[in-house]
Amino acid sequence: MEQDLFRGELVRLVAEDTDSMVKAFSHWSRNSEFTRLAGSQPAIPHSARATRKWIEENAEPIKVDNYAFSIRTLADDRLLGDIGLDGVHWSHRESFVGIGIGDSEAWGKGYGTDAMRIILRYAFEELNLRRVSLNVFEYNPRAIRSYEKAGFKHEGRMRGYLNREGRRWDVIFMGILQEEWRNHDDHIAT
Amino acid sequence: MDFQHSLYEAERICLAPIDHEKDPEIVSRWTHDAEYLRMLEMEAARPLSPAQVKKKLESIEKEMDEHKNQFHFTVRMRSDDRLIGFAQVSWIEWTHGSGWIKMGIGAKEDRRCGYGTEVLGLLLRFAFDELNLYRLSALVPEYNEGALRLLKKANFTEEVRRRQALQRFGRCWDLLNLGLLRDEWRSK
Amino acid sequence: MIGTNIFQDQKVRLCADDPETLAQAFSRWERNDELWLMLDSDPVVMWSAKKIKEWNEKGEIENPPKEAFFTIHALPEDKLIGFVSLNSILWNQGDCWVAIGLGERDYWGKGYGTEAMNLTLQYAFSELNLRRVTLGVFEYNQRAVHSYEKAGFRLEGRMRGMLQRQGRRYDLLFMGILQDEWKQLQSQAPA
Repeated sequence: MEQDLFRGELVRLVAEDTDSMVKAFSHWSRNSEFTRLAGSQPAIPHSARATRKWIEENAEPIKVDNYAFSIRTLADDRLLGDIGLDGVHWSHRESFVGIGIGDSEAWGKGYGTDAMRIILRYAFEELNLRRVSLNVFEYNPRAIRSYEKAGFKHEGRMRGYLNREGRRWDVIFMGILQEEWRNHDDHIAT
Repeated sequence: MDFQHSLYEAERICLAPIDHEKDPEIVSRWTHDAEYLRMLEMEAARPLSPAQVKKKLESIEKEMDEHKNQFHFTVRMRSDDRLIGFAQVSWIEWTHGSGWIKMGIGAKEDRRCGYGTEVLGLLLRFAFDELNLYRLSALVPEYNEGALRLLKKANFTEEVRRRQALQRFGRCWDLLNLGLLRDEWRSK
Repeated sequence: MIGTNIFQDQKVRLCADDPETLAQAFSRWERNDELWLMLDSDPVVMWSAKKIKEWNEKGEIENPPKEAFFTIHALPEDKLIGFVSLNSILWNQGDCWVAIGLGERDYWGKGYGTEAMNLTLQYAFSELNLRRVTLGVFEYNQRAVHSYEKAGFRLEGRMRGMLQRQGRRYDLLFMGILQDEWKQLQSQAPA
């Protein structure tokens, strides 16, 4: 009846064991390029202990409005990062998606795009959402291109929202609707 | 009185308690198989880490102890005690003598081996002969043909069809309640 | 209509009451065992207002809510007469259960329940955007069965002998209404 819901062509989505998440995430937090691409909070490295505390409080409890997964390669089972639908607005059937590939060796190789394909299928065919939103920083063209490839459309920008390295940058908003996803060439249906 | 015939043992499989040290990792693997989850659960399929499974198994035993209206078993191979699934009778309403059954064989390789029939046999005997329930119910999505076949073979009948209650695999499906009365089970 | 107050109609309005008020009312209503027998399969028990209040207070506001619970107030007197709730909301499937009870006997059979149910269905289908609503009703509660049929619910089956009360076995009936069916009823109804 179906291909594996949690698998793509290059990666698969998993519920990661806490110890390996702690190791990986606190390591990646030491790369400021990664943290500045991923978040608007001031970049700061995190200790393993702080990371563990955060994971135990936020990632471990099973929540109905949050579906987060770790990303592992199919070829060699390497942990690359995480992806998730955070803050599902159920009555509107909408959610934001966020992805972070912490392993910088893995950038630009299609892993992120593949993970995004899997999560969109999950959003539209298992959660039965009607739209998925995201925001991305103006200075992250690699991600913007990847999202465009996955079918996201530009919907606007918050001008000068970010202040980094002495200048202002926009935060770009993108979105994809269920019908658009169904018609999109690149999608993998069940 | 058939006390010699163990309530817990069938030909190849047996019902057993939870092993909180070893089981979480195996169950975690099962939850990464979306097909397994989608056959069993109405909630959105989502994989669980061993830590999350551990918490879940602990809360199952806690509930069993506190509410006294459910019985959860692991299903293991008699030959080597290998964990292959679970079986439970729950939502028991003692004054009415009704309960719900649920079971699953976790790994794809272990399905279609006839274990399901053995598990169901033990579960029904436990529910009717030990818990003295009057009737049992099972909740099955229309697309779960394997479960429907298994239950109908055991004399369950379709009692309720909740139209289009499920949305999966790109379309809507009905959700079925199947029921079996103790007399119907005995007469088999 | 975005501008209308979806919590109010001619005879009733849906509200939220304090745990204290609610507990007092429930404790009083429970002393009428007929109400309990219609509503609940659990053995009849009369809980104190204090105990009920404890339970009400334990229920936090979750996000997203697993339940939308309302009290029913009769108009124009604004009297608390019952409750209605959408619960066990299965968001990914767009399905939920509805439960309704009018505690004040004097208000039975006068259309208050029907109106409250209509407001609740409107809430389910137009605000929560659910696809269907399910309910269970006891075979011997014929007044309720007719009321639900009037509201648009269709019989979807019966679980045989689910209840044993006062020496007899009774079936539990299942009824359901789909968003499309409800929308059609709305378009057919006189304004």
